[in-house]
Amino acid sequence: MKKFNTMFNNACLVLLVSLMAVSCGESSSMVVVSKDPAQIAIKGTMKAELTAPPFVPAPVGDRPAKKLIVDMEILEEVGTMTDGVKYVYWTFGGSVPGSFIRTRVGDEVEFTLSNHPDNKLPHNIDLHAVTGPGGGATSSFVAPGHEKTFSFKTLNPGLYVYHCATAPVGMHIANGMYGLILVEPEGGLPEVDKEYYIMQGDFYTKGEYGEPGTQPFDMQKAVDEDADYVVFNGKVGALTGDNAITANVGETVRLYVGNGGPNLTSSFHVIGEIFDNVHVEGGSIINNDVQTTSIPAGGAAIVDFKVDVPGTFILVDHAIFRAFNKGALGMLKVNGEENKKLYSGVKQEGIYNPEGGTIQSMPDGDTSKTVVTDKTLAQKIEAGKQLYTNTCFACHQANGEGIANAFPPLAKSDYLNADVNRAIDIILNGKSGEITVNGVKYNSVMTKQTLSDSEVADVLTYIYNSWGNNKTNVSTSTVTQIRNAH
Amino acid sequence: MNTVLRLTICVLFCWINISNGQSKMVLIKGGTYLPLYGRDSLQVTIDDFDIDVYPVTNKQFLQFVIETPKWQRSMVKKLFADDNYLSQWESDTMLHENQSLNAPITNISWFAAKDYCDCQGKRLPTIDEWEYVAMANQKLPDARKLKTYNEFILSWYEKPKTFNNEIGSTFKNYWGVYDLHGLVWEWTLDFNSVLVSGESRKDVDNDSNLFCGSAAIGATDLMNYAAFMRYAIRGSVKARYTMKNLGFRCVKDKNQKTNENH
Repeated sequence: MKKFNTMFNNACLVLLVSLMAVSCGESSSMVVVSKDPAQIAIKGTMKAELTAPPFVPAPVGDRPAKKLIVDMEILEEVGTMTDGVKYVYWTFGGSVPGSFIRTRVGDEVEFTLSNHPDNKLPHNIDLHAVTGPGGGATSSFVAPGHEKTFSFKTLNPGLYVYHCATAPVGMHIANGMYGLILVEPEGGLPEVDKEYYIMQGDFYTKGEYGEPGTQPFDMQKAVDEDADYVVFNGKVGALTGDNAITANVGETVRLYVGNGGPNLTSSFHVIGEIFDNVHVEGGSIINNDVQTTSIPAGGAAIVDFKVDVPGTFILVDHAIFRAFNKGALGMLKVNGEENKKLYSGVKQEGIYNPEGGTIQSMPDGDTSKTVVTDKTLAQKIEAGKQLYTNTCFACHQANGEGIANAFPPLAKSDYLNADVNRAIDIILNGKSGEITVNGVKYNSVMTKQTLSDSEVADVLTYIYNSWGNNKTNVSTSTVTQIRNAH
Repeated sequence: MNTVLRLTICVLFCWINISNGQSKMVLIKGGTYLPLYGRDSLQVTIDDFDIDVYPVTNKQFLQFVIETPKWQRSMVKKLFADDNYLSQWESDTMLHENQSLNAPITNISWFAAKDYCDCQGKRLPTIDEWEYVAMANQKLPDARKLKTYNEFILSWYEKPKTFNNEIGSTFKNYWGVYDLHGLVWEWTLDFNSVLVSGESRKDVDNDSNLFCGSAAIGATDLMNYAAFMRYAIRGSVKARYTMKNLGFRCVKDKNQKTNENH
């Protein structure tokens, strides 16, 4: 089938190039099957091509419905979760997610599930593409060293999850027993250049993320939905670096994205791309121009998009801590010519200081040397007022009144006026925890400020000489003393 | 006819077995308990019985098939054992070099296990008996609520090829019995009396025997997960099935004398 397609494409490429663009555009929605899928007659028998992620079998194209033989083996085996961390995966076909099954509407799938003799547990399979009790689970319950065969007719086009449904179901799924089965409409999905298979899953281990050694499954964490790993294709890094999926500029990429769960819903997003088409929830509704698509546990989505510019595009679960702290990160590397009209890259670099230079400036020592020593009180207050506006104003407010329950007042503040050294120390080193100001308790955090000694002296002098405070004139040398005391 | 013949042969060989000395047994003091699949109103009462301290070993079963040729691999009736019966063995009466004499016998059918026990003047334990003994840890007769107990069982599911380990390699429990957890699954006399349909979610509605008790305990209980696996494996097999991870041990009723349990 694959060969045939390739030959066909080569032969007709020149002639059809313009025609194809039109026809592709027209057929971009699922072909509506007018006849009752249950009545579709099968013609012939073929053995299904099964692929491990991130690859998918060849498209069905315009082949007729057939009897499709699917042989799937269940393996319980040790794999790598991330560098230095081993995990015992339970798998359909030796991979997590399990082998990708590709069918078309009307196929009669004869499914044989074999449970490897070395396995300890009975398993079964529930395919969401099956119309029948348990999605096949009842008919496929198989002991180690045995196999079961059942068959079903694919009635609804779409992308479906399959998973193990043996007690305890959650544990079987949490250990990796899920995958995708695609039912293409008659005539197949519109042709694209690249297709990949991605499936998210959450894992629960005795040790925290990255704790080395063989990590056993942690039932309690699974019940609490407290995932240690949230990953694409069964492990951290399954789709990054050398394992990244690839495409060339100008190609259309289709991703078959599933979510095995067991618990978490995926907010699937490709950083720097917009999905042109999304088969919402893997079904027949197509949404266009989507940034992030929601994929429920036990659900799927088909997304496609044209890659217009080269670079590395990051696939994430946009519940973003999962991406950067739990592993839900993949890469799509796109090669080809840059297109500056679409994306310029960096044009100009500059410094951006919305709050003035004070907070952003690095403590490089130079600032404290540029001290104007003999400032008058008025000069200090003026300089201090500017500093206050830049750095203190947001919290303590224009007239030092603070914000109730959050930021204590500086105006007529007993806390401030009681101890100038303490005030200096708070500016230099920050302060957190409970304090009482004018009889009111505050429990908040003030970060330490990156100010020079003379700036601290100026801003405090300003504060002490405003809003009814005790008019202390804070000297730079006092600030330096307190800084050095630490 | 057949049964009579079998019995005669059995009795004949059993004399030899007895003279060879039987495998060590310990007394299990009977009692009343609530099995996983039970209901509050369905407490199970267990009478006193003796149980093998260890699962039956390769060595013991080898001796058995030498004495009982009908249970040799090439002789066995397909009705009584599937194609994997003793498939690891080198020949009818020889273990494979990788197989330890003191490892538990596996890849045997329920029929074979039952006959072995019969021949010893014993029988297979019932599910209730087996579970009663197996709910003990090192110190307590009923440790099912303990996290450590359940974690040990769950961790076994993740250890590959434990069927190659020798008997006695796991813990000795409260009763002095070894290897109920952590070595191999074990046949029970009435394994097929609990019907796990394979569609475990459906069982929740249908099989109140199996699931009401557990529902009362609550879904967060680790115990369910450790024990469900055993019921699942029992539900997945048929009497002629054989599995690499499935062995057996025998028990004997306390109030019956040897050779009189037929």
